[in-house]
Amino acid sequence: MRIAIIDESAARASIIQEGLATLEDCELFVITDRRGLLARVAEFDPDIVLMDLGNPSRDVLEEYFVVSRALQRPIAMFVDESDDEAIVASVDAGVSSYVVDGLAPNRIRPILDLAVTRFNAFSRLQRDLADAKGKLAERDTIDSAKRILMDTRGFPEPKAYAEMRKAAMNQGKRIVEIAEAIVTAHNLMGGA
Amino acid sequence: MTRELTIGFLPLVDACLPILAHEHGFAEEAGVSLRLVKDMSWATVLDRLLYGHSDAAHLVAPLAIATTLGRGRPAQPLAVPFVLGLNGNAITLRTQIARQVRPEGHMGEPVQVGAALRRVVQERLAAGSPLRFGVVHRYSSHNYMLRYWLAACGIQPDRDVEIATVAPPFCADALAQGEVDGICVGEPWNSVAVEQGVGEIVLSSAQIWRRGVEKVLALREAVLDERREAVLGLIRALCRAGAHFVDPANWEQNAAILARPQYLDGSAELIRRAISDRLLISRGGALIHYPDFMFQYREAANFPWVSQAEWLYTQMVRWDGMAFDPADAAKAARVFRPDIYRAALLGTDEPLPGASSKVEGSLAARTVVGTQQGAMMLEANSFFDGKVFDPNHIEGYLSSLP
Repeated sequence: MRIAIIDESAARASIIQEGLATLEDCELFVITDRRGLLARVAEFDPDIVLMDLGNPSRDVLEEYFVVSRALQRPIAMFVDESDDEAIVASVDAGVSSYVVDGLAPNRIRPILDLAVTRFNAFSRLQRDLADAKGKLAERDTIDSAKRILMDTRGFPEPKAYAEMRKAAMNQGKRIVEIAEAIVTAHNLMGGA
Repeated sequence: MTRELTIGFLPLVDACLPILAHEHGFAEEAGVSLRLVKDMSWATVLDRLLYGHSDAAHLVAPLAIATTLGRGRPAQPLAVPFVLGLNGNAITLRTQIARQVRPEGHMGEPVQVGAALRRVVQERLAAGSPLRFGVVHRYSSHNYMLRYWLAACGIQPDRDVEIATVAPPFCADALAQGEVDGICVGEPWNSVAVEQGVGEIVLSSAQIWRRGVEKVLALREAVLDERREAVLGLIRALCRAGAHFVDPANWEQNAAILARPQYLDGSAELIRRAISDRLLISRGGALIHYPDFMFQYREAANFPWVSQAEWLYTQMVRWDGMAFDPADAAKAARVFRPDIYRAALLGTDEPLPGASSKVEGSLAARTVVGTQQGAMMLEANSFFDGKVFDPNHIEGYLSSLP
């Protein structure tokens, strides 16, 4: 089975590739560049094409598949009506798939399922990364607020932190919200 | 009670009405809260609509008909209760070819540009490298307008030239790389090509068909039934957005809103040009004012005329090489839903035409038409070749086409 993975995100493409590499009898081909897309697809002559939904070249590829019917190798979007669930899952995950006509559904399903899993894994990774970045930013804010309290009130570091925690508990807020308020107030009052 | 609707769109100037209905609070005032989802291909806008990620979509009109008729994928009935705009596309050719086919510094005239282009087409055909055009989608008004014009000028689209699909953001690049010799695309993408010096605008689609249907608001038929009240509110909000959009007092502000990263993520200057019907047709030249380049509101432009859907069906028959089928023609006609448009706007200040279908291209001058509500005047709506489409004689029309 020849599977082409078309994704402008090289990171995501390699995560999908890694997942599909566990399948037997599958040859994988990754395309991340827009230029020369159709020529490279034609050259590889895939049985299955996986493409991310955010890819601006989707309309170009679909048009090509319509035209390639003349090449005796019809490829269509995988929209077998009996298998709506699989399509919904892949649209949810953000991957579209195109399959050569006549390929047995039981050969397609495991590949699609894997692709969906890997797409979801990538989204999760991105979310985790964003969370981690957010946490780092929170820690910076808390540090700045702590320094403001130490400078303006003459608190030692543990006391500055304890004051913020106390305020957070009393007001039912998170420490970072108290810290943000301190930083904002300090900036408004002319502190840098 | 506020109802929520999710609307998918592509970052194009004519996605303006849902965006402005949301930004100016017209939707909220009509009891609808909008969530806008931007995508980068029509295929994905359509997938989200069909698999329930969105309730409605900004869509190229022929794609709504093609989806209903099951062209290229299993049929799914769509409904169009509102037209998001007429025209607004242009044909941009590589600079060298543009200068061969139209007077420098001026917009061309379709018959003359066509005749001059025909000579270029013949030369390129004889040299074994046929002229290549890029359009944004197989089922787009761009494709149908370009083909209509070429065919009427004696250039057979599928024999004399090649027409490929190019995504709008890559049109300028495709011209620059020599992948295509010309593009038919909406704004701001012609202007981007002109600004980069890789092409010049030779015609606007409004010159091919003065009142050509362009983007529509499409929903799954079942969703239209389930969310009817919300859709009626949305239509009222979109009409208010239309009135706001065409008022010159608001151009500056609306261009700035549309340019934002979450919408078009582009140049406010280029967007402002398009919405004020001004075009820079060649780099370093003067701005040219072409009235009604975009047509978003006047003359009940948003009314989904059944005859527009039927005309689109004739072009699908023509270019997909299908046989005319009365059952398909009826299915295509039913996609456009003037009944919903009327239900939404009855009792408002918006004019409602008396008829739901008209003879397209029949008006050569301003004409008063009968209405169900308000007063209405339609201006010229001709096709450049003078042909007239009478929806009562679809087969006769088809056989009269070159």
